[in-house]
Amino acid sequence: MDVAPASLWRKINTRYNLVGNTCKNCNTSYFPQRVVCRNCGRKSKLEERKFSGNGTIFSFTRIMVPPDAFREDAPYTIGLIKLDEGPMVEGHIIDNCAEIKIGGKVKTVFRRMQTEDKEDLIRYQYKFEPL
Amino acid sequence: MRDVAIIGAGLTKFGERWNVGMKELMEEAGLAALEDANISSRDVEMLFGGTMAPGSFIEQEHTAALIADQLGFHNIPAVRVENACASGGSALRLGYITVASGIHDIVVVGGVEKMTDITASAATTALGGAGDQEWELSQGITFPGLYALIAKRHMYEYGTTEEQLASVAVKNHENAGKNEFAQFRNKITIEDVMKSKLIADPLKLLDCSPISDGAAVIVLAPLEKAKKYNDTPIKIVASAQASDTLRLADRDSITELKATKIAAQNAYKQANVSPSDVDVLEVHDCFTIAEVLAMEDLGIYQKGKAAKAIADGETALNGKVSVNTSGGLKGCGHPVGATGVKQAVEITWQLRGDAKGRQVSGAEVGMTHNVGGSGATAVVHIFKRGD
Repeated sequence: MDVAPASLWRKINTRYNLVGNTCKNCNTSYFPQRVVCRNCGRKSKLEERKFSGNGTIFSFTRIMVPPDAFREDAPYTIGLIKLDEGPMVEGHIIDNCAEIKIGGKVKTVFRRMQTEDKEDLIRYQYKFEPL
Repeated sequence: MRDVAIIGAGLTKFGERWNVGMKELMEEAGLAALEDANISSRDVEMLFGGTMAPGSFIEQEHTAALIADQLGFHNIPAVRVENACASGGSALRLGYITVASGIHDIVVVGGVEKMTDITASAATTALGGAGDQEWELSQGITFPGLYALIAKRHMYEYGTTEEQLASVAVKNHENAGKNEFAQFRNKITIEDVMKSKLIADPLKLLDCSPISDGAAVIVLAPLEKAKKYNDTPIKIVASAQASDTLRLADRDSITELKATKIAAQNAYKQANVSPSDVDVLEVHDCFTIAEVLAMEDLGIYQKGKAAKAIADGETALNGKVSVNTSGGLKGCGHPVGATGVKQAVEITWQLRGDAKGRQVSGAEVGMTHNVGGSGATAVVHIFKRGD
């Protein structure tokens, strides 16, 4: 991704530590963080929350034709993961030879994302490993 | 609020139009629509121009004023409308609201996209902007990838098969073969789809709509004055739109598009018709699974029942209900900004009885369904003859 460093840096806490938030009014959790709770609107009371990283595969697909920035990674598997705390997250499911199936359990791992971009930045963030 | 009618419709051939640019595409469709409405450029009072990403495709912004000038609509207010792949449908709705309000009488609604001036991979990146760049596209998810996640879950929940999905593409190519404006006029088989290159499983190349150039134009007028211009005006009996989260991950269910359901319910109420009254539909089949979702979320079939019905031929031309007679996005092509307007052009021709070679017999109620992204925008219109 051809972007300025700031756009990656400002979301580091979210991307590195799987930090979202929870609304104290209605107990709904969000990842990534929202400023406005979808249920409570202007009266939201959102508090930061680090998620356990445990979740279930809700759906998945194997990307055979990637965007340019991921050309060297293809093919790879993308999962829609339902975290145990409620919110869903889209991300890579790494290949550890375990079967990938809907309903399968995963945990978060910290991984390198893309080799490098035009700024020579290396992105790190969460990926998911099948258990 | 005044009743609003379509008094003119024009279309370019869709496809890889290497010999023309965006301006020429709009001129081709625009002049056809003005001629159809029997009006001059000087009669037009306002323009809404739907286009998704000309900045990425041809490095051109500010397209509405540009198009207004090219078509000789001197100095009228002109507004570009961008709602990803639902830009065209959204432009039509704004045109409808403008005429209904009484502010303007003759309003032109255009849709255009010139997509083949850049590489297919650059075009794919540009289209990715319809999703959440920060949390979806940055993860290496493509648009086929998002619809693949939907398809996989739909197969898991309802037993939908890859062959049933393929039947959507087969039907739409069959219809496109009867449409002189369509990009792909060749017939294909279930086996062709199944054997085509895997893009994001379970979706294969022939499950995906293509990259296309094209433009479509509609001319609107108050119904009470429409007869002055056209013997068979088409009345817009409902115009509805809804939005949803850009991120698939933020939705409670991914086997339905909530925006489609809300827009459809609103539209049926406005028009006072029920799903079973609709004779001909143009729905947003950007991927084969999207047509299955559309048929369910528009209430034509119960959730989980559409794929089998499509595979059984119920939605073929002059079947139980005729769906995507133009060939849809898959067969006719998908110049993103043009698609929503093209759908209204096809329904106009069907309700007038002018859909040469692919006419739905006795078509009285028509519907269009235009989706942006993976369902963050849905626009639904219902039409009847206004004479």
